[in-house]
Amino acid sequence: MNERIWTIVRDAFPQLIEKFFTMTVPLTVLSFALALVISVLTAVIQYARVRGLSWLCRGYIWIIRCTPLLVQLYLVYYGLPSLGIVLDAFPTAVLVFGINEGAYMAETMRGALEAVPSGQLEAGYCTGLSYPAIMRHVILPQAFRTAFPGLSNSLISMVKGTSLASVITVTEMFRQAVVINGRVYESLALYTEVALIYLLFCSLLTLLQRWGEKKLNAYGGVR
Amino acid sequence: MLTVENIHKRFLTDGPEVLRGVSLEVKKGDVVAILGPSGSGKTTLLRCINYLERADEGTMTFDGQTFDMHRIQKGQIAAIRRKTAFVFQNYNLFLNKTVLENVTLGLTVGRGMHRDQARDIGVESLRRVGMADRTSAYPRELSGGQQQRVAIARALASSPEIIYFDEPTSALDPELIGEVLGVMREVAQDGMTMLVVTHEMEFARHVSSQVVFMEQGQIVESGSSQGFFEAPRTERARAFVRSILGQHRVKE
Repeated sequence: MNERIWTIVRDAFPQLIEKFFTMTVPLTVLSFALALVISVLTAVIQYARVRGLSWLCRGYIWIIRCTPLLVQLYLVYYGLPSLGIVLDAFPTAVLVFGINEGAYMAETMRGALEAVPSGQLEAGYCTGLSYPAIMRHVILPQAFRTAFPGLSNSLISMVKGTSLASVITVTEMFRQAVVINGRVYESLALYTEVALIYLLFCSLLTLLQRWGEKKLNAYGGVR
Repeated sequence: MLTVENIHKRFLTDGPEVLRGVSLEVKKGDVVAILGPSGSGKTTLLRCINYLERADEGTMTFDGQTFDMHRIQKGQIAAIRRKTAFVFQNYNLFLNKTVLENVTLGLTVGRGMHRDQARDIGVESLRRVGMADRTSAYPRELSGGQQQRVAIARALASSPEIIYFDEPTSALDPELIGEVLGVMREVAQDGMTMLVVTHEMEFARHVSSQVVFMEQGQIVESGSSQGFFEAPRTERARAFVRSILGQHRVKE
């Protein structure tokens, strides 16, 4: 490899890292937090068979999972302004990523809730606990343990998925690479560099997942 | 203290009736054993009495109050449950809680008791079942017998007026049955009112004061346990006792 490419890669690195921490990370954290709230609510509503709301949750999951994320981004950012709803690019991305991944995570959570033995709920009732108390102290903590690998999947997938925000003008790390490449035309080197940065941080998350699982296994884990 | 009358229950609207007009009375301090072949409705009866299943029909009088068992309100059920406790066949300890937390959760979260006071009661309850040295263990680290003893401590901690036991030793390895029965015997001797679905004839015979014998969703015979084992009045009960005692002889 010649010296020019090395210089490009080296100069690009701090710019990419900067965008990673100022855009990719906040985008991921906010979207994931939103998705987590949506998924827990959606899953609990279905688990508790709340009348009237359960079918709403099924409908949400159905529509979100059966349409492409890219189309959802375009729809909200380029489509909704026709209805007078104009959102900035960053909030749009957070909203769409959160709502989108929330549907998948809701199913992860629902499966985990249903995997908690029904005897846990009965024991809670017989011990004099209310339904919300049983959910909070017994069912949800156990469900989180079961859902943890699935939720980690979603988080890791989301880190990389934020690169899609580039299509609605959010200059996160990947778009920064595209911008630099527009100046220097070194696609192979720059996109490899970006891929490696994603690889590095997602590897860290993978390790974090393993550590988290060990931590959650304190009470004997789910066998 | 507890009277139920004419309980009917079927699980499917066009299915067979699992309970066909069951009535029984438990007086304070009684230890009542519910016996009968499997499928006779013993467990369903107990679950209806604590509203884990909703009876189709029936009347309950508990603590001087009378309830329609089919139409009873959630709040009334919760009030009754705060005065009762249930020991399950497969223990059902809270898997994400330590032994001590299992025993105190119903006090702190369920009844709003202060943590220190709940802790004292919890440790005392665990001491009664011989588990005070394992307060920080998690259920999955314990044997079945130990888990069931913790479950009994959890039941005791709330000072219930009655404890229901649903085949408390049926999931245990034979060598672990003794320790659980021993604890139950002590609890009974301390004067606790108990309603026990069981297959343990020794327990029914020597610990319980009353026996209720069920078959096909009905109570065939009930009375003092001594009378039941020595001179059963009905042919069905005689056949049952004979088969059970016969088994025992084979075992020895």
